[in-house]
Amino acid sequence: MKSFTFERVDSPAAATMAFTRTPGARFIAGGTNLLDLMKLEIETPGHLIDVSRLGLDKIEPTSDGGVRIGAMVRNTDLAADARIRRDYGLIARALVAGASGQLRNKATTAGNLLQRTRCPYFYDTNQPCNKRKPGSGCAAIAGFSRNHAIVGASDACIATHPSDMAVAMQVLDAAVETVDAAGETRSIGLADLYRAPGNTPQLETVLAPGELITAVTLPKPIGGTHIYHKVRDRASYAFALISVGVVVQRDGSGRVALGGVGYKPWRARSADAELPRGAKAATAVLLADAKATHENAYKLPLVERTLASVLAQAKG
Amino acid sequence: MSVAAVSVASPSTVVAVPNKAAARPPTARVAFNVNGTAHDLELDTRTTLLDALREHLRLTGTKKGCDHGQCGACTVIVDGRRINSCLSLAVMHDGDMITTIEGLGLPGNLHPMQQAFVVHDGYQCGYCTPGQICSAVAVLDEIKAGIPSHVTADLTGAPTVTRPELRERMSGNICRCGAYSNIVDAIVDVAGGKA
Ligand SMILES: Cc1cc2nc3c(=O)[nH]c(=O)nc-3n(C[C@H](O)[C@H](O)[C@H](O)COP(=O)(O)OP(=O)(O)OC[C@H]3O[C@@H](n4cnc5c(N)ncnc54)[C@H](O)[C@@H]3O)c2cc1C
Ligand code: SF4
Ligand code: FES
Ligand code: FES
Repeated sequence: MKSFTFERVDSPAAATMAFTRTPGARFIAGGTNLLDLMKLEIETPGHLIDVSRLGLDKIEPTSDGGVRIGAMVRNTDLAADARIRRDYGLIARALVAGASGQLRNKATTAGNLLQRTRCPYFYDTNQPCNKRKPGSGCAAIAGFSRNHAIVGASDACIATHPSDMAVAMQVLDAAVETVDAAGETRSIGLADLYRAPGNTPQLETVLAPGELITAVTLPKPIGGTHIYHKVRDRASYAFALISVGVVVQRDGSGRVALGGVGYKPWRARSADAELPRGAKAATAVLLADAKATHENAYKLPLVERTLASVLAQAKG
Repeated sequence: MSVAAVSVASPSTVVAVPNKAAARPPTARVAFNVNGTAHDLELDTRTTLLDALREHLRLTGTKKGCDHGQCGACTVIVDGRRINSCLSLAVMHDGDMITTIEGLGLPGNLHPMQQAFVVHDGYQCGYCTPGQICSAVAVLDEIKAGIPSHVTADLTGAPTVTRPELRERMSGNICRCGAYSNIVDAIVDVAGGKA
């Protein structure tokens, strides 16, 4: 690991100001992704700003009947919150399908959204990878691509975003609240947070350097049956091959998003509209522009079959 | 809190400064309590909690398996919660209460979970065992606290101690020797033997 200086801050303003003073610094929250990548020298910040004690650890009602989840709320606490379990069950389900009890006790809401891909070539510093080393090429495209993207990818990068929680939040129309060094705040719809890889896969979100996530907001509950189905290589403690998150209403209408297929949770309003006609119709819209490799083409039928199973389960 | 309130600056605590002149890696001070004993350490900022426990405090009961959050051998209990000590910086634990396997119990005065692992043969080589035991102690507390798991059928109800619940909740602890079924027996025993 490269050496770094360390600073603990106690307010969001102090965090962004610390960043302004030390360009190249990084925020660290639970540390379960950043520290992992620092050990491998994939991330090499010269300065760390500990944002784990900013007081952003509350889950509060909003004036429009929704909730605001503090950026530092731990994954365990979010999954265990009574209101989240009752009104936003999809988020609790997605969280407990991810990582392990130990990791969820440390992982934060903001850190989970900003965790980086698990592409094995991104992790192997001996391999070319445009995301890790821009311009070096992509070892995955002609390589071991079983777990890579089938939608939204580019000739430069076919990595997927690994978060389960983000898939559930996408279904529920979450937005991310931020503050930058100038004290400016903004709210970004989760669908707009992640950038398509294009020719610059190293740029993963629309956040400016030093822009701090302070909260995630959810609109008022939409009711319905919430199901998160994760398909993985072992029954627990493994990342998704694909995952399907749905909220289905009694009349068969609903919403769907996919995990493990692209650089962000994959959702389309036009696919939601097809849900009453069944899995085949909705999948056809979601995966209309899909482009699979020889190794991950299995994901195409897997998405449709998993969605069919989830819709049958929702009918009861 | 309101995001509008953040424009008021408050001073930040600089815990470590670069020491370019001496070309020594930056260090920082951290004070925490391990198994009832207070420690005040000056550490290279890169030191993980795991390395602080093993290399600096010589508490070698906590094991290093993968060093990447993938095996659970390094599990310790911090402020009542189990974490992977390999994926956490020691300097981020200022003021924390840390319990390691040595703090649960020692020979002659074993914690009920340690005793149950002995009775049920919950290990073979023993390398994963300290992490398994710390995890198991915390798992029973998590079920008591009503924290749901992937296999909890009713999200709004209270989870109970069942074998499927224990297997799922213990999945962050890998045992290369495959002592899993005896580990579950030991935990069931401590929980009251009803599962
Ligand atoms: C073995 C293993 C298995 C896992 N399995 C799963 C799984 O199945 N499903 C899943 O979804 N995840 C899984 N994870 C990933 C885990 O969920 C993430 O590591 C975790 O959510 C990251 O949160 P953190 O708080 O620890 O982030 P950190 O590591 O602290 O930070 C991650 C990134 O976010 C940035 N950041 C943090 N907070 C802020 C903020 N407030 N504003 C701006 N930037 C910020 C940091 O600078 C860093 O770039 C697994 C991890 C491991 C190690
Ligand atoms: S898919 Fe993306 S992350 Fe993986 S090797 Fe290619 S460029 Fe790197
Ligand atoms: S050593 Fe920490 S999880 Fe493996
Ligand atoms: S007892 Fe050997 S690894 Fe578990």
